[in-house]
Amino acid sequence: MASAAPSPDPDTAARQRWMRVLSLAPVDRLEAAWRDVSDPPVPRTARPPEIGTAMVTGRAGGTGARFNLGEMTLTRCAVAIDGADGATRVGHGAVAGRASRHAELAALFDALLQDPARRDELTKAVIEPLAAFLEERRCDESRQAAASRVDFFTMVRGE
Amino acid sequence: MYVAVKGGEAAIDAAHAQLAARRRGDPDLAALTVAQIRDQMALAVARIMAEGSLYDPDLAALALKQAWGDVAEAIFLVRAYRTTLPRLAVTRPLDTAAMAVQRRVSATFKDLPGGQVLGPTFDYTHRLIDFALAAEHGEDASNPPPSAEEPLDAAMPRIADILDTDGLIEPETDADDPDPDAPVPDLTRAPLTFPAGRALRLQALARGDEGFLLSLAYSSQRGHGTTHPFAGEIRMGTVEVEIIPEDLGFPVTIGVVTVTECQMVNQFQGSRTAPPQFTRGYGLVFGFAERKAMAMALVDRALRAPDLGEAVVAPVQDEEFVLSHLDVVEASGFVQHLKLPHYVDFQAELDAVRRMRRAASGEGASS
Repeated sequence: MASAAPSPDPDTAARQRWMRVLSLAPVDRLEAAWRDVSDPPVPRTARPPEIGTAMVTGRAGGTGARFNLGEMTLTRCAVAIDGADGATRVGHGAVAGRASRHAELAALFDALLQDPARRDELTKAVIEPLAAFLEERRCDESRQAAASRVDFFTMVRGE
Repeated sequence: MYVAVKGGEAAIDAAHAQLAARRRGDPDLAALTVAQIRDQMALAVARIMAEGSLYDPDLAALALKQAWGDVAEAIFLVRAYRTTLPRLAVTRPLDTAAMAVQRRVSATFKDLPGGQVLGPTFDYTHRLIDFALAAEHGEDASNPPPSAEEPLDAAMPRIADILDTDGLIEPETDADDPDPDAPVPDLTRAPLTFPAGRALRLQALARGDEGFLLSLAYSSQRGHGTTHPFAGEIRMGTVEVEIIPEDLGFPVTIGVVTVTECQMVNQFQGSRTAPPQFTRGYGLVFGFAERKAMAMALVDRALRAPDLGEAVVAPVQDEEFVLSHLDVVEASGFVQHLKLPHYVDFQAELDAVRRMRRAASGEGASS
């Protein structure tokens, strides 16, 4: 529906998946996961956390021409991590709110997850449990909403 | 005109100290925390985000605390804060069809796919004061709402998508947006000129004063600018927000926002160029803000009168009137500037009135 959405290559699609999970995850869970990273790297700040806004756009009628709905706060950050293979990988974090630490943790994990030597382990230890947590939370909220779904029935009158 | 006035610094300091003390209230009572306000006054927080035009629940809650509970003042604080922030991105358009729905009702189709989901609504409450809430331990947090076995249907088609297939409602597609990479007009970046067009109108309505929009919508229902609206669909829930960071070049999710969307469906007789069909008014607002979203959709439709070949006969249809007066910060500022010193102006008018009276009595004496 939206513009500029060519189907991404598999690596990009995987990165989009983990970046989504990192943005939506509660920051205390990311903090705990960061403490558990084995052989912790020494990250360099490529771009310190910066707080600004994103202009949120909508579409007239939900599907028509775009319009500006209003802004939201946004924090972005970039870190560089040197892998054991000598390559430097830059991780990006962009998260809603005024959330410097969250953006920083998202960027750190994004950098680590780009490292093939760490990806599988981190995906299993961090991303998959967080994705499951988010899905469970979404499902719980939806089941609560579903309890207030109206079941209409028709009264047959007369005889 | 008013002139700069010096002096009064000590009085102003004392006034501010009084304000701070009155805002805090009885020091023997616990101070409200921002988190309490954010969670327990969430609808006030939503209004501040919508009209402050900045989605940030913690910030809006803090503004409400600082503003002593004055929502309009809190909106002003949020607007002022917004101007200090750099704009880092423009999001991709929200996909409200993919909303994690918490409430979704239609007044036009009883059995629409996905069903009618009431959610946390005041509808069907009896509006009786609940004195149990006043008791110290009157609230039982251990009593969660019920859950269904299954979550809601994944597919929750919008009402227009249902009518669309039969061509009975005017379509709205991204073909209305011929250049998807062109920037969207933004009233925070360029002064409004008229005609403003629908994109600017929707932006202005989304951040407009709820009371003003509600009254305008009501006026149109009562016959001042006739509309025949149906609430085709109202939905509320969270939508994921994506940006395309420059450094990456692909979309990434940054978080979610709660929004309320309203699709009004209006009867349309047809014109020389358009067949009789239903036309649409659209409301989209930050937060759970159903009254505002419905009013916005009614006013959006009314403002489309010239585009649909309808006569502009009422205030609600007059783009310049509506857009010039819907902003609570502007309206509040202009009304309240009257309390600033106008001593010189008033002195001049006083002299003028005295002169006119002397002249009038002089004429009276000579006749």
